[in-house]
Amino acid sequence: MTVQPDNKWNEETLLDAFFRMRTIREFEDRIHINSAKGEVPGFIHLSAGQEASAVGICMHLTDEDHIASTHRGHGHSLAKGCDVTAMMDEIYARRTGLCAGKGGSMHIADLGKGMIGANGIVGGGVPLTAGAALKSIVLGIDRIAVAFFGDGAINEGATLETMNLAKVLNLPMLFAMEDNGYGEATPSSWAIGGEVLERARGFGLSAHSVDGHDFFEMYETAGKVISNIRAGKGPAFMHISLYRYYGHFEGDAATYRPAGEAEKVQKEKDCLMIFKNKALATKLVTDKQLDDVEKQVIRLMDEAVAHAREAPSPTAADLATDVYVSY
Amino acid sequence: MSEKSFRQAINEALREEMRRDPAIFLIGEDIAGGTGSEGEEDAWGGVMGVTKGLLGEFGANRVIDTPISETAYIGAAIGAAVTGLRPVAELMFCDFAGVCFDQIMNQAAKLRYMLGGQAKVPLVIRMQCGGGFNAAAQHSQTLHGLFTHIPGLKVVMPSNPYEAKGLLVEAIRDDDPVMYMEHKFMYDDKGEVPDESYSIPFGEANYSRDGGDITVCALGRMVNLCNEVADELEKEDIRCAVIDLRCTSPLDEESICESVEETGRLVVVDEGYPRCGFAADVAALAAVRAQPALRAPVKLVTPPHSTIPFAPALEELYIPSAGRIKQGIKEVLAA
Repeated sequence: MTVQPDNKWNEETLLDAFFRMRTIREFEDRIHINSAKGEVPGFIHLSAGQEASAVGICMHLTDEDHIASTHRGHGHSLAKGCDVTAMMDEIYARRTGLCAGKGGSMHIADLGKGMIGANGIVGGGVPLTAGAALKSIVLGIDRIAVAFFGDGAINEGATLETMNLAKVLNLPMLFAMEDNGYGEATPSSWAIGGEVLERARGFGLSAHSVDGHDFFEMYETAGKVISNIRAGKGPAFMHISLYRYYGHFEGDAATYRPAGEAEKVQKEKDCLMIFKNKALATKLVTDKQLDDVEKQVIRLMDEAVAHAREAPSPTAADLATDVYVSY
Repeated sequence: MSEKSFRQAINEALREEMRRDPAIFLIGEDIAGGTGSEGEEDAWGGVMGVTKGLLGEFGANRVIDTPISETAYIGAAIGAAVTGLRPVAELMFCDFAGVCFDQIMNQAAKLRYMLGGQAKVPLVIRMQCGGGFNAAAQHSQTLHGLFTHIPGLKVVMPSNPYEAKGLLVEAIRDDDPVMYMEHKFMYDDKGEVPDESYSIPFGEANYSRDGGDITVCALGRMVNLCNEVADELEKEDIRCAVIDLRCTSPLDEESICESVEETGRLVVVDEGYPRCGFAADVAALAAVRAQPALRAPVKLVTPPHSTIPFAPALEELYIPSAGRIKQGIKEVLAA
């Protein structure tokens, strides 16, 4: 399926979508470069290449809707509206970070934006998302929740149990499975028994397959699926095919992938490239406008990195606070 | 004030709190029972009948039966807590924490810290603990030690109906995740329970018995056994101070140390596993903070470091008995 932007798009919304995707790419690229320089502590998992999925879904959500993410969660957080500087500060382990330097890359969260957390445990955020969706049932309100998870988590009991629970309780919840081809160092084609969509349908979920390289296909499918969830038609599942450009973690040489694979995907199917071509074809935006967005993003990221480099670290006084509400 | 069972006290706490705050809901396996069947509605009210009758008053959107999927529904309870509700989840047996421990240990306990203080996790997980029913190795454990080990969790174990209500009300109103442990031997125990609402603060032990000769620390059902023993020993003119800790996290260290400083002798009685457990923790506390006052080695009366057996003849040997507690106290007094 190839989806062209239709007449609901205009200059402003196209530039907004491009800004969000381009911000994620720049964010991840900067961390990739600065991590190699030794500036970034801890374990880092980057989502460059996967931007269309995060943005294509989150553009349908409000701050009142919730998402939970994975260890590869920067893109989802940015797409949900988390502040770039506060995120960069967090990843640089600064006291000014979103989580006061106590969570880091794998635990980025901003409850005010409905982002309940990246997660260091594969599949760990999926049951939590069901809880956010359950809130709508208990209080009789109209909010939905989206669990982003990867092709690794589709084999975790937590995910499968939650798919069943969501169906049984008719939770307003989307299971967004981002299949980037590899769970750590093992191809998802090897690790997943059976067919993923059939698996989801086996739980009674409405299940859809999407090309995650194409923002417009992502946006259209997510829009229909989310509108059905909002209408009370029950939980749904999206199998999103995409690709991560970098290794599983920063420092991973990704030798399990065939030589040239990442370069080929980037050259032929890069989501930013496809977006630009389709957006320009509408004549609603110009090359210069997209270039201006790029420049704006680069400036924003220059500022964020500069801030993160200079921001203060947490101190001994922060070591054992936030353990409980009382301390 | 009227006499109520341990079971009724818990039910009353849930009912009163749910009436007070619409953000409170119950979730668990068969907490109503019969959901989706053509048989009796609210057939069980929980496997021990603790939540019986709540479905009728609060409806299926607040008394939520789930499939047998501990990871999914305990996780959902945590997610609901983080997003502003106050769930009370029932984990049928604390042993089943093994099925969903990631959600308890890595999610509920850590969210507040990992998120730099953004999150509150006002969650209660109620669960049965304890042996004595010949329920064997996977339905008889008392895992407060395991939970206490994890920063971010609070751990509570009432020893009578009065505490059951007051500590549960406190747990529900608390903004941290609370592991609330109900000894399965005590559901029919009766005691005076005020009809009005009250709460018992965490981290404040109850001197269930004063006495100057020896300090005996315990939790839950073991408190009652210790008091029975203390009754008998009083006839021999031995005065035991029996401290009902009520919580292991937070732990009322002051009360333990004060009493040990007064008596100079300490016995800790616990139904949990001995290694890195509650009894060892209290002994360490006494060694670190009250050592100069100790006139005899501390005695720990616990099960052996062993799996819980099925055979009644073995289980009787396993669980600390009045006889072993009495012997332990006498050993320390003789030392």
